[in-house]
Amino acid sequence: MKLNMVEAINLALKQEMKKDKDVLVLGEDVGIDGGVFRVTEGLLKLYGEKRVIDTPLSESGIIGISIGMAVYGLKPVAEVQFSGFMYPGFDQLISHASRIRNRSRGRFSCPMVVRTPYSGGIKALEHHSESMEALYVHTPGLKVVIPSGPYDAKGLLISAIRDPDPVIFLEPTRVYRAIKEDVPEKEYALPLGKCNLVKEGNEITVVSYGAMMKLVLEAVEKLENVSAEVIDVRTLSPLDDETIINSVKKTGRCVVVNEGPRSCGFAAEIIARINEKALLSLEAPVKRITGYDTIIPLAKLEDKYLPSVKRIMHGIEEVLSF
Amino acid sequence: MPKLTSKQIKDMYKAMVLTRIFDDKLLVLQRQGRVGTIAQSTGQEASSIGSSFALAKEDFIFPSFRESGALIYRGLPMESIIEVFGWDERGSIIPKGVNLFTMSIPVATQTLHAVGYGMACNLKNDKKVVVVYFGDGATSEGDFHEAMNFAGVFNAPVVFICQNNQYAISVPREKQSKSKTIAQKAIAFGFKGVQVDGNDVFAVYSATKDAVDNARKGKGPTLIECFTYRIADHTTSDDSSKYRSEDEVNEWKKKDPIDRLKKYMEKKKLWNNKEEENLKKTCQDQVNKAAEKAMSLPNPNTGDIFRFMYKEMPKELQEQLDELEESLKYET
Repeated sequence: MKLNMVEAINLALKQEMKKDKDVLVLGEDVGIDGGVFRVTEGLLKLYGEKRVIDTPLSESGIIGISIGMAVYGLKPVAEVQFSGFMYPGFDQLISHASRIRNRSRGRFSCPMVVRTPYSGGIKALEHHSESMEALYVHTPGLKVVIPSGPYDAKGLLISAIRDPDPVIFLEPTRVYRAIKEDVPEKEYALPLGKCNLVKEGNEITVVSYGAMMKLVLEAVEKLENVSAEVIDVRTLSPLDDETIINSVKKTGRCVVVNEGPRSCGFAAEIIARINEKALLSLEAPVKRITGYDTIIPLAKLEDKYLPSVKRIMHGIEEVLSF
Repeated sequence: MPKLTSKQIKDMYKAMVLTRIFDDKLLVLQRQGRVGTIAQSTGQEASSIGSSFALAKEDFIFPSFRESGALIYRGLPMESIIEVFGWDERGSIIPKGVNLFTMSIPVATQTLHAVGYGMACNLKNDKKVVVVYFGDGATSEGDFHEAMNFAGVFNAPVVFICQNNQYAISVPREKQSKSKTIAQKAIAFGFKGVQVDGNDVFAVYSATKDAVDNARKGKGPTLIECFTYRIADHTTSDDSSKYRSEDEVNEWKKKDPIDRLKKYMEKKKLWNNKEEENLKKTCQDQVNKAAEKAMSLPNPNTGDIFRFMYKEMPKELQEQLDELEESLKYET
């Protein structure tokens, strides 16, 4: 059936909650309201308020409570309403969720998911458009997953819920209702820690994830004469660099696209891995097409900040003509 | 006076004395350079033991870093605590059947974990009660307020035990909050708060027992403020003479919770010098054995740095571990 990303995530939640009674959802407005983006629509009616918990407005609370539940043995799927409001709860992620298994040498663990809408392009207020995924990737002990479309969102969320460790699941708001894809009704799990080779090619590798994937694919399509290999990272941590390295060894050229700020952004990590493992295969410097080291502007200037199809096309051509 | 048998009273006393001797030993080990920075609970034993005593074995506690008494009484081997302070994560491997969580170093963060655990108990119809320990300083942290709020809203079976030991490192209680008591903060969250003399083990026991019974009956959380005093420095990295007078400390030493209970037992003819002597010797032996055990633990494997980050080690971590092991070859 054709579903958008909101519907696909909703279906994943419904199915996992049906399958496993220990899975529960908590967050602000997730119950009767079905979440501000309607991702949890209908869950309250199906599973009741014990497992679909409207919490007080309290991000550190939501994440800290989830940790306690996970330590008990439940599988909380917390929603933080926008990733820009995650920071009050960041202490709980960095000081506890990510460390419990290590601190206790495996005696305790913290199997929880924090879902949160992120990234730009929806003409939102301040604090609603940031792409700060690098913060989570830089936190040892967390897994970081970013789906780029409905099909991936469902399969990756199911894996995230079943994962024995804490997973940050960043949902690109711009994609939420923008595209529909064929999504199987039956449950399926896509592996975490694996990139998705979306399109094969042999002249250049283009690596991206999340909302940028749609733009990358558009750019590649427009460059009719270019044979580009396109990789969707899907899981930023742990990173499957093998898929990327193998591709770069084949193509000798690479562009990385991420919409967050440039310095220490995720593209920097991919380029470092290429330097370590495939430098001598390169025929051109790897280019990153990213947001800038500025605050992401409000909508009137946002288009200029975010990587566009044209910027991506131009970047690919630049690397090819080096 | 709560209903306690002579044996129970003696057991409380023994646990408090053991805690004191254990904390003293930690200090010796620290001075010898055999463990790192430690936090002693000296002066707060009645709060720690009186509260733990009111719990059932299956109840679960979330401790702060200054709760040796509760940890030992709940069955955590003393060597584990020594290991934690002695730079070894293996001290945080809580044995199965010992119902407590690893100590929390970041202040107040554990209050939320306790409430989440309590909410899980409610969800699973599990009749456990959860106790969380924290200090007066923690009550200024956002997490404390968020935890109290969640506990109230969701009627979580949680007992919040505030060890009000009058100082958050150097900052005195009155600079921490304008509230007259810490206990009164519970009113704002819609549940009961009680202040007890934290140096009176019976008072702490009674208050905790009531709170635990209520929580188990589904009547929700309670905040207990144990009004006590930290005789020791904040940690071994602290010099408390900078911010409090010797006279003040001496005044509180007169209210020592262990002396108080001993006097009571002597008056009731429950205790004599011979028993006291035997107890101290037994405790000293136990503590020394624990220290020896902790000190004789072989060094952990290098691989342990990586092994427990995730249930399954990701390939990239395996590569980093290989790299580290390779680098060790040319360092030796």
